[in-house]
Amino acid sequence: MRRTTLLAMQVGVGLAFLLVWHLLTAVPVSGGKPLFDPFFFSTPLDVLARTWKDLVSGELWYHLGITLTETVLAFTFGAIGGIAFGFLFARREILASVFDPYIKAANALPRVVLAPIFALWFGLGIWSKVALGFTLVFFIVFFNVYQGVREVSPVVLANARMLGMNERQLLRHVYWPAALTWMFSSLHTSVGFALVGAVVGEYLGSSAGLGYKIHEAESVFDVTGVFSGMLVLAVFVIVIDTFVTAIEKRLTVWQPGTGAATAQG
Amino acid sequence: MHAPAQVKEADSPAVRLSQVAITFALKGGGTYQAVRDIDLTVGASEFVAIVGPTGCGKSTLLNAAAGLLKPSAGGADIFGERLSGLNARAGYLFQQDALMPWKTAIDNVAVALEPKGVPRAEALARGREWLGRVGLAAFADRYPHMLSGGQRKRVALAQMLIRNPQILLMDEPFGPLDAQTRQIMGNLLLDLWAQDRKAVMFVTHDLEEAIALADRVVVMSAGPAARIVGDYPVSLPRPRDIAEIRLDPAFHAIHKAIWATLRVEVQKAYAQGEGANA
Ligand SMILES: Nc1ncnc2c1ncn2[C@@H]1O[C@H](COP(=O)(O)OP(=O)(O)OP(=O)(O)O)[C@@H](O)[C@H]1O
Ligand SMILES: [Mg+2]
Repeated sequence: MRRTTLLAMQVGVGLAFLLVWHLLTAVPVSGGKPLFDPFFFSTPLDVLARTWKDLVSGELWYHLGITLTETVLAFTFGAIGGIAFGFLFARREILASVFDPYIKAANALPRVVLAPIFALWFGLGIWSKVALGFTLVFFIVFFNVYQGVREVSPVVLANARMLGMNERQLLRHVYWPAALTWMFSSLHTSVGFALVGAVVGEYLGSSAGLGYKIHEAESVFDVTGVFSGMLVLAVFVIVIDTFVTAIEKRLTVWQPGTGAATAQG
Repeated sequence: MHAPAQVKEADSPAVRLSQVAITFALKGGGTYQAVRDIDLTVGASEFVAIVGPTGCGKSTLLNAAAGLLKPSAGGADIFGERLSGLNARAGYLFQQDALMPWKTAIDNVAVALEPKGVPRAEALARGREWLGRVGLAAFADRYPHMLSGGQRKRVALAQMLIRNPQILLMDEPFGPLDAQTRQIMGNLLLDLWAQDRKAVMFVTHDLEEAIALADRVVVMSAGPAARIVGDYPVSLPRPRDIAEIRLDPAFHAIHKAIWATLRVEVQKAYAQGEGANA
């Protein structure tokens, strides 16, 4: 399918959704009232108007900035920690075996229960949200890097060793690129989780950020405010994801599949 | 470096496998003896081809000579010294794809010089030279997945040769090449080899190629517990041209003699395969 056609269809789906929403909440039917009560469902025009207002007043940018900062910090620290421990555990089999049950248990724990504890430890500022995002990102990156290092092709490894590479050179030319491949394959997921950690953390207790804004609107039954927050969040996610895709494309040029895409465009 | 071994080294063969047996432990318990009683000597400037039915243990022997596989019995001596660990004097062209998929052709070749401490700029220049020699100058910036099977083999060949190892272990290097490229590469290999005559262990399933290239052709029996069942000197004159040498009457005589031995083993291996399927 051509790109423009695809884009047109994607926009079409969004417009159709807005139209249905509008018809159900803003157009009066018998009795002079719309089918769905706008108090509970708001209307698309109200939501857009509210978003626009927050946008020009500058308030929204402040909250977006906070959430973005938390997301970036959570991702950065989570990725660094995950890579370091992934490498360590993959190269030291004994560590992996000893810690195996604890890692599984820690990863299976629902992170939401940690949010109040982090708030207690790190306060209501950004660091408790960064910590929450970190616990989500860390495990994804950790497992992927661990897998990537352990599943390096034995032939590629044997060849590199026959070329005379020492442990440091193997790390740089073989293990590291192999681990990164796996990390990139989970880049979308881990960036997404960094954002989830930030927003959920804000939602549960803070004084700034998108999650806080949504929570604040909810507490006064301001449905328009809630939907406006969700809209901003959705656009934010798409922007971040596009950014990640661009980075991914650059970093994985050597992989089959991406070459064909470059040839077309 | 090997001062005390100097005298010994001069007349020691490059590779000597003595009484080598290799047994694999199988996943579900039990063992599989791939080869046994292997005595094989490769002189310091000798080109030895190894032929045998598929699955007989040719790659296994190369792995033992490379030090990637420790023999269950016997041992390998490299220039008179018992091999323990990797064979640092050998270059190995693997049967499977072994290039680093995340590096371009030129980077794959140039990186082979890094362990020798060659500065990167010089390594890249020499890498380009080698890519040119294997006919891939125009493909330097391609990643392995953008190269054909034969092109990948040629990059791997350049990667091995740029280090200038004293022993070349080659496992079906021309396997995926078409007949013409096979000839070009064969002649190229002979030219390069003629310059400084290294020790070569060359595995192939193509008997004609083996005879055309080698000083000696070694025939292995069908597995399990494969042995060496024939060792034929090839006294054809050098320099040779791969295509023309095949027309030589002496070539036919040698081919006939070796094929008589090899055919029996190939049929045995084939019959075993049938049995396993039934
Ligand atoms: N790691 C292993 N574990 C168990 N058996 C193995 C292992 N590696 C090889 N073998 C067996 O040892 C025998 C010899 O294998 P090898 O790869 O050396 O054969 P080959 O002569 O190189 O065959 P081909 O010409 O098909 O490449 C085969 O029967 C194979 O199944
Ligand atoms: Mg083989």
